[in-house]
Amino acid sequence: MIRVILPPNLRTLAHLEDEVALELNGTLTQRSLLDAVEAKYPMLCGTMRDHVTQVRRPMVRFFACGEDLSHESPDAPLPDAVANGAEPFMIIGAIAGG
Amino acid sequence: MSSVRILVGTKKGAFVLTSDGARKRWKVSGPHFAGWEIYHMKGSPVDPERIYASQTSAWFGQIIQRSEDGGKTWNPPGTKPEDLMGSDGMPKGESNMFVYDASPETGKPLMTHQWYDGTQHPWEFKRVWHLEPSLHDPDHVYAGVEDAALFQSKDGGKSWHELAGLRGNDTGPKWQPGAGGMCLHTILLDPNNPERISIAISAAGAFRTDDGGTTWKPINRGLHSQYIPDPNAEVGHCVHRIAMHPSRPNTLFMQKHWDVMRSDDSGASWHEVSGNLPSDFGFPIDVHAHEPETIYVVPIKSDSEHYPPSGRLRVYRSRTGGNDWEALTKGLPQRNCYVNVLRDAMSVDALDPCGVYFGTTGGQVYASVNAGDQWKAIVRDLPAVLSVEAQTLP
Repeated sequence: MIRVILPPNLRTLAHLEDEVALELNGTLTQRSLLDAVEAKYPMLCGTMRDHVTQVRRPMVRFFACGEDLSHESPDAPLPDAVANGAEPFMIIGAIAGG
Repeated sequence: MSSVRILVGTKKGAFVLTSDGARKRWKVSGPHFAGWEIYHMKGSPVDPERIYASQTSAWFGQIIQRSEDGGKTWNPPGTKPEDLMGSDGMPKGESNMFVYDASPETGKPLMTHQWYDGTQHPWEFKRVWHLEPSLHDPDHVYAGVEDAALFQSKDGGKSWHELAGLRGNDTGPKWQPGAGGMCLHTILLDPNNPERISIAISAAGAFRTDDGGTTWKPINRGLHSQYIPDPNAEVGHCVHRIAMHPSRPNTLFMQKHWDVMRSDDSGASWHEVSGNLPSDFGFPIDVHAHEPETIYVVPIKSDSEHYPPSGRLRVYRSRTGGNDWEALTKGLPQRNCYVNVLRDAMSVDALDPCGVYFGTTGGQVYASVNAGDQWKAIVRDLPAVLSVEAQTLP
């Protein structure tokens, strides 16, 4: 089972108190993972990626296994530890402002 | 017995304040959407239990929320399963989608506007500043957005479409952002003429359509702004707010960056009515529910000092449609007060006597149940207040 941790503001929006759990087949990528999150919680459309271009929003970051994956290709395979649920895929609101 | 509901948008969530018609004891619910900026909430005049809210974040973008029970529960519009998925099985999530109409059939090219440094800058959607439900249909609602444009939804907020004729007005390249951004913040619907809509943009000015939004024209004649290259320009004025009494839709009152203005010909011409105000800089302006010549403003010291003159929070009321103003101070702090009152943060109810409400950047929401003669804080310690809307309920 794939585990996704949303930032608090998006958990509020999706009425979630815990991680998102996903069951996905095939190669796991940022794109397939985010597509699945949005399919399960459509109110999140546009909050992580631009509605039209599907490009990551500037102040949203993606982390997993201690690495910043924000600048990886959305179609690059995610680490096995994310695909098998050993590690969560973390979506984080960038620390910005004061 | 009638009751009143006050919808308060703040920097960190929404609050709903309710009272019976006496307006002495208030219940406060919230924060709804905790942690999010709520730029504006407004109920449908046709169905007051239906409320639209603009929820926004620099991190996560724009969300539209809708309540069907007077603000107790909320959902993004279109949460029925059949609304959620497109034919390809992917989620539509259209209720959050504001895309400028650049199509050859109905849209206008996505051109540029003037940037802070005088160069041209492309239009970029940032957020919804103001939601204005239709006077006739609870599923029809307008949204004023930054960068300035007007959108509408005719399906209860599930999907949004731009009225591109406004942005396509040939003055667009001269529009410029104010300090808060290039926002469309005022939408006035004419109760006598459903084809007529007046809007205002900081810093472009006021515009009007007489054909339901297809074509627009600037209505800024008589405005004088010393801070722009041509003080009498057709566009470029920083209009902060316009108000209208529904019984006299041809009379408009404007709080401009500096100057309080009045028009008696639907904006075709304006004249100044600042009169004896201690400062004619400010943000909100509103009209008494039963007296079309009674108007309210909150003077602010200057464009660089966004707080009341002399640290005294005073609402000013004119019973003559401007020029002659009286300070309303009872119950308001008269020393060491350095809050601001933002453009969408004042509203009136329709009870008699008229209730007047406003919120401050210090988190207070003040109410007067006697048309401004005396004031009392309903709440004092909310996050900075962005908007206040009063609903009068049967």
